[in-house]
This record gives sequence, C-alpha cells and structure tokens, in this order.
Amino acid sequence: MRIYVCVKHVPDTAARITVVGGTGFAETCKFIVNPYDEYAVEEAARLSRKDGGGEVIVVTVGKEAAVASLRAALALGPQRGILVKTDAQFLDSRTTGLALKKAIERDGAPDLILTGKQSVDSEGMQTPYRLAQALGMPVVSDVVKLTVEGRRALVEREVDGGGREVLEVGLPCVIGATRGLNEPHYPKLPEIMQAKKKEIKVIPMAELGLSGDEGCTEIVQLAATPERGQARMLEGSAREKVEQLVGLLEQENVL
Amino acid sequence: MTAEPLPAQDPAHLGGETGATKRMANIGILIESGAEGIKETNFGVITAARRKSGGNLFAFIIDGDAAAAKAVLETYGVRKVVGVTAPAPDIQARPELQAAALAAAVTHFEITGLLGVASPKGRDLLARVAASLDAPLVQDCLKVDMDEGTVTKSHFSGRTTATLRLKGSPWVCSLRPNSVEPVPAPAAATAENFQAQTVDPGRVCVKDVKKSGTGATDLAEANIILTGGRAIGSSENYQMLRECAEVLGAAVGASRAAVDAGYAPHSMQVGQTGKTVSPKLYIACGVSGAVQHFAGMKTSKVIVAINNDKDAPIFGKSDYGILGDMFEVVPALTEALRKRRQPK
Repeated sequence: MRIYVCVKHVPDTAARITVVGGTGFAETCKFIVNPYDEYAVEEAARLSRKDGGGEVIVVTVGKEAAVASLRAALALGPQRGILVKTDAQFLDSRTTGLALKKAIERDGAPDLILTGKQSVDSEGMQTPYRLAQALGMPVVSDVVKLTVEGRRALVEREVDGGGREVLEVGLPCVIGATRGLNEPHYPKLPEIMQAKKKEIKVIPMAELGLSGDEGCTEIVQLAATPERGQARMLEGSAREKVEQLVGLLEQENVL
Repeated sequence: MTAEPLPAQDPAHLGGETGATKRMANIGILIESGAEGIKETNFGVITAARRKSGGNLFAFIIDGDAAAAKAVLETYGVRKVVGVTAPAPDIQARPELQAAALAAAVTHFEITGLLGVASPKGRDLLARVAASLDAPLVQDCLKVDMDEGTVTKSHFSGRTTATLRLKGSPWVCSLRPNSVEPVPAPAAATAENFQAQTVDPGRVCVKDVKKSGTGATDLAEANIILTGGRAIGSSENYQMLRECAEVLGAAVGASRAAVDAGYAPHSMQVGQTGKTVSPKLYIACGVSGAVQHFAGMKTSKVIVAINNDKDAPIFGKSDYGILGDMFEVVPALTEALRKRRQPK
C-alpha cells in the first residue's frame, strides 16, 4: 500500500502566543507536529508494517521550518517526506487542500491518505474534506478506529453523546484522525537518527501552479482572547460556601 | 417542484457591501434532530441567522417532516421549512447523499449563507457541502456578524480569537453549541418538501451506530457541566458528580488527567483533545486547570472551580472558587440545590 500522511507544523498547545501586526503571531515559540496528525502518522506506519510492503510518505505545506515536523513524523516510521514550501503564515484550508492534492498527485497514486481531523492552530476542521474533494475521493473524519480489508476500510467515528458510527468506505479515501485512534509511540534514538537521513523533497508552492491567493477565507483580525481574572474565593464552611455559590449562580441566571 | 420567486441576491460577501443589506438574503439553517426531535441547539443558530438585516430564513431538515417541524421553527423566525430528501430509501446511512441533497437545495433556493450547529454531525455535513460547492467554510464559530460579513472563532486552542471574512457566495459556517442565546421571534412559516435529483456516489455508508449506553446528556450541548479531574480518584466516585448533575440537569465531564488515569472514558473528556464545550455554567471539581483543559471550556459563561489546592491554576482563571475537599463540597452543593428545588 502507498499511504500519504498530511501533517502540519504548529505551535505547541502549551506555547504562549504573541499576536503580531493584528493578523499574525510571533514564530519564536516551540513548534510541534499537529497532535491530530501524529495519530495519522502512527496509524499509517502501523498499517504499512502490517501490510508488509509499500511506502508511507509524509507531506506538509508550510515554511522551511516545517522540515522539523517532517523529521519528527519520519521518526515514527514513514520512509520519506515532501515539503510544499510557502512563505505564508496562514493558508486557508482550500489552498492547503489544493497544494496537498497537487503534491500527492505529482508523487504517486495513493491507496490511502491519512491526516488529522483538524489543526490546533487555525482549527479549520475541513482540510480532509477539501483534499478529498480535490482528489475526487471519499472522506471520513473524526475517526477513532480504522481497519483496512482489501479495497475497503471499516472506520468508526465519534458522534453525539459518546456514541460511535461504524462506516464502510471504499479505497482510495481520505481519513481524518482524532484522539483514540492509537497512542503514538515515543521514537527511539535510532529512529530519530534514521529520520535525519530520510529523503525530504522541497517543492515551492508556485511550482504546483498555486499563488497562495486560492483561499476563500481571510483573517481580518487576530487578538488575544481576554482571560478571566482571579476567581472570587468564597469563604466559610463547606456548607456556607455552597449556599453563597447557589445564591450567586441564581443572580447570574445560570441555574 | 418550483420555488417561490426570489428577490435579488446578495453579492459575493457574507453580509455584502454597501447597500446590499437592504436587499433580501436567503439564509439557510441545517436543522439537526435527535431522539427527542429538533435539538435545542438549533434555536441559537436560528437566532444568530436572524441578525441579517432583511434575511429570509430557510430551515432545511434532511429526511424529516417539514410540516411537523413548522410550528416550533416559526417561533424563532423561520419563514420556510424545507424537508430535503433524495431518491434513496436509506439517506440517513449515506452522508455523501445527504450532503449532495443539501447542496442541491442550497442551489435551488438560491441560499447565500448556510449555517448549522458545530456538532459531530453538523460539522461533517457542512464540510461535505462546502467542499462540494467549493464554498468558504468556517467551523465552530463563536459569533457571526451577518451584516459585517465576518465570523469569529478560536485559534490556538482559544488563546487567540480570529475574525475571518468569508469570501464568496454561498458561504457556510457552523456555530459552537450554546454560543448564541436563543431568543424567540415568532413569524409565519410555510412548509414544503424538496427532492434532490442526486445519486449517491455510494462510497461511504453507515453500517452501524453504537450508542454509548449511558443515556447521559450530551456534553457539547449541555447547559450545565460538572467535570471531575484526577482528584476524583476512581471511576466509582463519579457517582457523586452524577448525583449532583441530576439535580442540576447537567452533563458530567472529565479532565484528560482523569481519562488517562482510567477513571472515565475519552467520550467524557473536555479539553484540547476532547470535547469543546460552551455551557452557561461549568463546575470544575478537582481539576487543576491546564491550558489544554481551558482550551475546551473557556467560552463557558460562568466557571466555578472547586479544588483543595489553593495554588491550583484554575483559581486564576475562574469566576468563583471554593477552596476545599470536593468530597465534602460536592455533596453539600447537591444538598443545597435539592433544598432550592423544594417548594417553600
């Protein structure tokens, strides 16, 4: 099987974000592989090992610095990587979907494409769908279980109230991974060393015929979300505290 | 079937440019139904959609009874209720067919903007529709400014808030449940059915639905949530929270630490890699308050923290704090709430 995995280089979820210029942020913070994409990488590597053949290729669209995330993903098992290089800090999902499609098509014929259900930076929640549409493939996102049997996949996705939908989808298809699909392993030192030697092909976005203006959404403002301050601490015995609380919540009209 | 003659359409942008607001815009709302009929979370979405000056509201119900839904939907200002079907008996098991039928309805009724609830089903269907129409889409919006043509949503796990412009028509967006307070505005609606002449590509098919079996209120849609953190110590101890939740009509959640410790299933997890919730009241019991937890609940209206560690970070970002042992405080709260419910 030839499996493509799409990943994104994103600020660490614990990083402090400093807004710059009203629509951007300072890239001085720590970056990581988008956590949802990590489930996709781990799953692709496991599937490939089970399959006993084929190849796993990691693809990303981002700045030069995104090579770090490609290397981190490669340490989990994939054979090689592709960076579609752009200078843009934010690309909308339509542009990303098109860039991934063109890069994958140019590289080879996929049997399966895995990616995270969303990125943790711009939280678009739609790249799997945009990519699938561009490639003319079916898609299922929010996937917590994946079983491939020949040319079809059985997947489970989380739905309301903790329930799960079991779906059958034909291959090739795009799968959006979420937490629960697997537990990504910590790469061992030899894996990290090997990853450093793996091939990474860099393709400037313009070479794919994309200008970066393909987006259909535009950030007009990025601002720090106002934080709540210190809690008003309630005093007295446990009973007195809860009685005060009930009164306050009644005043707030939330009970 | 024929649609009513429609007024001039809004131009490219979601609220439109100068003068556009005077014209009628056909705004569509994807209505989501559950076991008990139309979900309450739809009413906030309709309320948000109504803010478009001169907007003409359409409600789309996939494979549902438009006539039966009319009475409740017109209470919130919907003018036309459309039952969307396709020539296939099992449309509910075919997400691609549902999306194709909805996309056909959007085109047929000349909808300029389509809104829905950012639930697992709503997000999936709206993404399919937006991708197939090559339309702009913003998921999990916190606010929609229909006249300005912008939406706001979380970026970087809620650390920042982004204002985005949707370029093109039709545009699509999903709203985080409970982010807009529902306000009734009665209107007279008509009901009709629309059968889309679309064929299912047949590539994706629902084979089975596994219920969680808890029958508990869904976290994302709950008005009140009680969450137990690692300090809860065991899965059995969640019973204490469930008792309190029952009096409150609340749903029970868990922090990642509690899920990782095996005290609660992942489906109960609130936070970065779990559910994103926005209830009126969020009560965190024994939750330390990691940024990843806040990422999933910081848009709650009121946050109450109960913790026995005075230095717990959660006290720094909540509305009310109770320093104390949750095993003492929560039962006291349950009792106080029960008393409040008793007629005086």
